[in-house]
Amino acid sequence: MTLIAEPKAMHFDTPLPLQSGASVRDYDLAYETYGTLNADRSNAVLICHALNASHHVAGAYAGQPGSEGWWDTMIGPGKPVDTDRFFVIGVNNLGSCFGSTGPMHVNPDTGKVYGADFPVVTVEDWVDAQARLLDALGIHQLAAVMGGSLGGMQALSWTLRHPQRVRHAAVIASAPNLTAENIAFNEVARRAIVTDPDFHGGHFYQHGVVPKRGLRIARMVGHITYLSDDVMNEKFGRQLREGLDIRYTTQDIEFQIESYLRYQGDKFSEYFDANTYLLITRALDYFDPARAFGGNLSKALAAATARFLLVSFTTDWRFSPKRSREIVKALLDNQRAVTYAEIDAPHGHDAFLLDDARYLSLVRAWFARIAGELGAAA
Amino acid sequence: MSDRATMDSIARLVPEGSRVLDLGCGDGALMDLLRRERGCTGYGVEIDDANLLACARRGVDVLQLNLDEGLSMFTNGSFDVVLQIDTLQNLRNAETMLRETARVGKMGIVAFPNFAHWPNRLAILRGRMPVTKRLPYQWYDTPNIRVGTFKDFEVLATRNRLAILDAFGLQEGEEVRVLPNLRAGTAVFKFERG
Repeated sequence: MTLIAEPKAMHFDTPLPLQSGASVRDYDLAYETYGTLNADRSNAVLICHALNASHHVAGAYAGQPGSEGWWDTMIGPGKPVDTDRFFVIGVNNLGSCFGSTGPMHVNPDTGKVYGADFPVVTVEDWVDAQARLLDALGIHQLAAVMGGSLGGMQALSWTLRHPQRVRHAAVIASAPNLTAENIAFNEVARRAIVTDPDFHGGHFYQHGVVPKRGLRIARMVGHITYLSDDVMNEKFGRQLREGLDIRYTTQDIEFQIESYLRYQGDKFSEYFDANTYLLITRALDYFDPARAFGGNLSKALAAATARFLLVSFTTDWRFSPKRSREIVKALLDNQRAVTYAEIDAPHGHDAFLLDDARYLSLVRAWFARIAGELGAAA
Repeated sequence: MSDRATMDSIARLVPEGSRVLDLGCGDGALMDLLRRERGCTGYGVEIDDANLLACARRGVDVLQLNLDEGLSMFTNGSFDVVLQIDTLQNLRNAETMLRETARVGKMGIVAFPNFAHWPNRLAILRGRMPVTKRLPYQWYDTPNIRVGTFKDFEVLATRNRLAILDAFGLQEGEEVRVLPNLRAGTAVFKFERG
């Protein structure tokens, strides 16, 4: 039986102060919940989303086949994060283009669409906004917070900003900050967008256009970095399109991989907002909990009291195992409870979204233990 | 090596409430025992996926690391006890790992198959490599790339300036303190930095 998902929205009229010093007022957060909150409100699991995802983490919308949530392999009845035992919350971040207030919405201060004027938001801001959603739902403490990639950064941030509100944290395919190479990829993506003639300084909505060319290229760059060389070779190799021979052109699509990237880019440019892409990649660049501690991650993570699960994937070169091990080491330095798995999967960064038996079994075992604790406490 | 009597014998060497690092922790049975019965905390280290899962199912915190890459993740003296139970013989850099064990732990406990156990000697006398319950592999497909004896370890420990606090053999779960090099299938050493 498929889990039926229902999108909801929560309105907040108290201004949310942001790291930048700015604030947003009158904002909505889009979210979905699955399962039932237990009597002592102790079985809530918050799922934080990655770059191009949303609050729709699991299940499908009624009457819409193929509308499964982005982490439907992981979350649902009888799945590793079992919605028969946990009350799972998916929340869409502020600044997104998938329901929460973002650049496409009207700025209550000016009566105009935000566009490029939407304030720069950070991982910490998202966590604080999520904390308010939990307050509104009457949940003081999470059984677990979980996320992959940028979502993993949010999960980590949760354990530092609100340690008393998190019992367990699963940080998957993530990093304590981005490397220069990662920031460089983000910058290429951003330049592709802002130099698109249709960008209009971020106020393209009022011109009735969308900087699709920029979004396409941004997505193509991103997509390359999410896969491993092996998987790309296996999927496309050096195959030419439709078995044709080399045609000695420079502008046409000749290789299958070109065709695939253009398809991915086109699809993305149809649904993703350019300003949101800029905001989210910036949040990725900025995240660095060690920054306030002179670069000392061990000191930064001293605040965390949760029990951790860290998972990395051997072929993930964008968020490599080495980066996860830095988090593990910092937790060990603080004598925190941590389990760390390095999954030997071929798929690169995208592995965290895929159906790998070792990975899913481990997450299942880790959550089964949390569920066991809930039973013992009740 | 996971039989209860053997595990109990090793667990008795671990002071109550210790912070423990178990290198090559297998399915986590020993860590689980130490946690439940001796109030210990800490982590297992394991490379094998199936063992990792078994640890997680027991609720034993485990780190999936390759021991041949060293223990750089762990700071000096950060554990009361570092265990290497049936691990040393599988490691390429066994001597380095022994030194690392002594660096990371205030105390180290090592157990490994004693190649000088009399049935092994007998097999060698007959001209064949031993295949026993304790050393069940053929010479050409064994994961034990370092076979050594009770006496060999004493020499290695001295060479690396380790102070041996206790040493005995284990045979069928019984401690062997008389002629352990001849009479025991397993050698057990408890040591600290000298």
